[in-house]
Amino acid sequence: MNPFSSSTRLRDMIRSIRACKTAAEERGVVRKECADIRASINENDPHDRHRNLAKLMFIHMLGYPTHFGQMECLKLIASPGFPEKRIGYLGLMLLLDERQEVLMLVTNSLKQDLNHTNQYVVGLALCALGNICSAEMARDLAPEVERLIQFRDPNIRKKAALCSTRIVRKVPDLAENFINAASSLLKEKHHGVLITGVQLCYELCTINDEALEFFRKKCTEGLIKTLRDITNSAYQPEYDVAGITDPFLHIRLLKLLRVLGHGDADASDLMTDILAQVATKTESNKNAGNAVLYECVETIMAIEDTSSLRVLAINILGRFLSNRDNNIRYVALNMLMKAIAFDDQAVQRHRVTILECVKDPDASIRKRALELVSLLVNENNVKQLTKELIDYLEISDEDFKEDLSAKICSIVEKFSPEKIWYIDQMLKVLSEAGKFVKDDVWHALIVVITNASELHGYTVRALYNAVLTYSEQETLVRVAIWCIGEYGDLLVNNVGMLGIEDPITVTECDAVDVIVDAITRHNSDMTTKAMALVALLKLSSRFPSISERIKDVILKQKGSLLLEMQQRAIEFNSIVERHKNIRSSLVERMPVLDEATFNVRRAGSLPASVTTMAKPSVSIPNGVSAAPLVDLLDLGSDDILAAPSSSSGADFLQDLLGVDLGSSSAQSGATPAPKAGTDLLLDILSIGTPSPAQNSTSAIDLLSTADMNNNSSTALDTLSSSAPPHIATTASAGGMFDLLDGLSTSPSKEATNGPAYPPIVAYESSSLKIEFTFSKPSGNPQTTNVEATFINLSPNTFTDFVFQAAVPKFLQLHLDPASSNTLPANGGKVTQNLRVTNSQHGKKSLVMRMRIGYKVNGKDVLEEGQINNFPRGL
Amino acid sequence: KIERSERERGRKMGIRFILMVNKQGQTRLAQYYEWLTLEERRALEGEIVRKCLARNDQQQCSFVEHRNYKIVYRRYASLFFMVGVDDDENELAILEFIHLLVETMDKHFGNVCELDIMFHLEKAHFMLEEMVMNGCIVETSKANILSPIQLMDKAH
Repeated sequence: MNPFSSSTRLRDMIRSIRACKTAAEERGVVRKECADIRASINENDPHDRHRNLAKLMFIHMLGYPTHFGQMECLKLIASPGFPEKRIGYLGLMLLLDERQEVLMLVTNSLKQDLNHTNQYVVGLALCALGNICSAEMARDLAPEVERLIQFRDPNIRKKAALCSTRIVRKVPDLAENFINAASSLLKEKHHGVLITGVQLCYELCTINDEALEFFRKKCTEGLIKTLRDITNSAYQPEYDVAGITDPFLHIRLLKLLRVLGHGDADASDLMTDILAQVATKTESNKNAGNAVLYECVETIMAIEDTSSLRVLAINILGRFLSNRDNNIRYVALNMLMKAIAFDDQAVQRHRVTILECVKDPDASIRKRALELVSLLVNENNVKQLTKELIDYLEISDEDFKEDLSAKICSIVEKFSPEKIWYIDQMLKVLSEAGKFVKDDVWHALIVVITNASELHGYTVRALYNAVLTYSEQETLVRVAIWCIGEYGDLLVNNVGMLGIEDPITVTECDAVDVIVDAITRHNSDMTTKAMALVALLKLSSRFPSISERIKDVILKQKGSLLLEMQQRAIEFNSIVERHKNIRSSLVERMPVLDEATFNVRRAGSLPASVTTMAKPSVSIPNGVSAAPLVDLLDLGSDDILAAPSSSSGADFLQDLLGVDLGSSSAQSGATPAPKAGTDLLLDILSIGTPSPAQNSTSAIDLLSTADMNNNSSTALDTLSSSAPPHIATTASAGGMFDLLDGLSTSPSKEATNGPAYPPIVAYESSSLKIEFTFSKPSGNPQTTNVEATFINLSPNTFTDFVFQAAVPKFLQLHLDPASSNTLPANGGKVTQNLRVTNSQHGKKSLVMRMRIGYKVNGKDVLEEGQINNFPRGL
Repeated sequence: KIERSERERGRKMGIRFILMVNKQGQTRLAQYYEWLTLEERRALEGEIVRKCLARNDQQQCSFVEHRNYKIVYRRYASLFFMVGVDDDENELAILEFIHLLVETMDKHFGNVCELDIMFHLEKAHFMLEEMVMNGCIVETSKANILSPIQLMDKAH
């Protein structure tokens, strides 16, 4: 070490970091250390490298960026000494971010080290390659690794075997080169070589069908013998875990046998004896033995039918389930889920125990058990199971109620034998856990209620009773006020009494009280309040005797701080006061909602059909998100005056934002004036506004409010059908406003006159790829049709996918609806057509900013980017 | 152009990360076998640590489901060992693996503690390297795991 080095020792750095009392202090120390390390790197003293890298590893572990150290790793790897190489490779594996140039630089060093005379250096290189290699490196270095599988030292052979698993995973084409080498590893005695060899075979089998056939034919018996040998082997202190010889190897072997036996009766037959032996002879009083039994059960269940073995497996699971150790119970529940597929009856026998597990204090066990219960439900036991679950809902932890209520709802919806039972159960869930229930669930409930005309009276009375007790359960309140609004007359007159009901006395005043209560509660949200206001309007017609009181309540809302409520209150008041003649027809009972349509929409497989009606449930904090709307209106107001043909502000705005272009008949013969307005505003905003269905979806995503009724039922759409559509579009515009920030002017380029335009990859991230293909409509050189293809590169499905784009002022953009808003995993595609008109055609090239929003496993993801690589001359 | 399509897609890979965390929730060792950004790592570690440390009851099982991982964890004195695995990995075997890891470190450091790992971070990593590669177990014999490390110590 250089005694004159200015940098601190590693130990001192760790001490000073540990001494930090606050995160800010720690950041300060780390910043200073990083600066020292950079300076030291610049001095290029080879003696400091080792220490610098050790420090960087520590800093990296704390979660600070250390990319500047990557080149140091390469220098260390290239140095001749083993200790330097060792820390260099370690640094490479830890600090590497997936930048290909760094990987390419290291390929050559790896190649040299794989051929090194020192076997420990070879081991280092294999280990690094096995952890980080890319497809290109795999192709380059596969021959070296293949050769090393036959190396004289077993410690190299085992590493080469695992390195090969990565290589064949990266480049499946290479699999066949490794089949012979892999099968030779299975004959070894060294446990390390065996376990890695088995792993390599397993990998090859999952990649390559020929490999699977080969191993099935040639190796099944050998593997069975190996498993028998280690199962029966004498005590080996080095590998013994609680009386089991190398449980890890046991498990690997069982996994490979599973793949070989699955779908092949002959191979399954061969392994019956050894599986029976493992299942019966393995000690089950220690974790290691249970781990082997667990794996054995899984293998028994996956291979071809050998029913006697399956009885054995189910018995083991039964024993596991009654074990006092929570770990064992957890894996039992896990495995029973798989067992249902082939022996539902056997699992049903454990129903009582499984239900007990739903009530376990351990959240992990509860979650597993709940999943399992929902698989156990069928038409015969649904009533009993639901009762058990709902009883437990009353006493369960708050944080479990969300999962539990969601499961109960899905069970009830799926298996409900009759409507009255369904309504009863849903009411119980809403009463106990209404605040956790998702929108689509209570929407569905309302749809069912409207369809059950003989139960209207019963339901509204039950809801009335429930809401008196559980007024804090938001969704219960919503359903109750909707029903009271619709069926208030049935409530007060006890119409349609069922035999099971006790008569109740509810006056008109009592019914209105419930609604007034909901509207005045400080913690009712916007949706609830809006629904309450609509309900009041309906009741003012249904209860003429107290319509004065109702009018007063509505009037009070004129002072609401929520713009939406204010406006609605004024409108409703004028209906009550001045339009008595049309009021009763305005608030007639809702027509029966179509269940089939609702279910299709709820499934969300297709984008919802175009609805221009606004949603009543917009939780915009008053004045905040509305601001852009006000700006918009100001901008547009001159045009309103200049365009006398537009009949109303709402329509005009609707038109401006392109919400309803083409679908409104009033606009079909529109004069150029409002059209110009559209273009003008679009130009000002430089925004391509997606068409209506898409638009409201994006608004919802951008606001990410919990209770937006994205896929709401017609019921809700019509609840306040008079609400103008601008609410939804405001949000959308608000979101898009962000896009304008820092929108750069595009570089001006001379256009070329090439007639064909190559497709481009407009954007690519780890999870998403966007490709554009171009075409020009004949006779209109300014316009370009772009077909955008979105490709999901990740293993997860994207839902609520929304693509938005913004362009500079000289461009105009029109977006058609996308083909779907869901991108299936692993290469799923969605297409969307864009039309771009370039007013500076021939002078400026296209440029576009885009933002993509979607959900992965319920989490919002946002990606943004700028597309500059359009072909010239578009 | 950034190469990211190389990420593991779809196919299961066994162990996805190994964390050692003290009971204050500070990470003391982190080894990932799949590539995550720094931000993703920080967020993930924070979430996992919060979830696991909240489950202090001895009776609770050692498995926590989080995002698309299953976390198998075990506490030794002041250190938590957490292993993130795929959904279909044998949880009990991973638990046994954690124990093997601790025994191996004990054998080398003599009753391993948090400070041993902090001050010999690279050694701890070398041991892990000998035990796990690319998310799979390489070696289960403590003697075989430690021999190259001891050899190097002697050479120094």
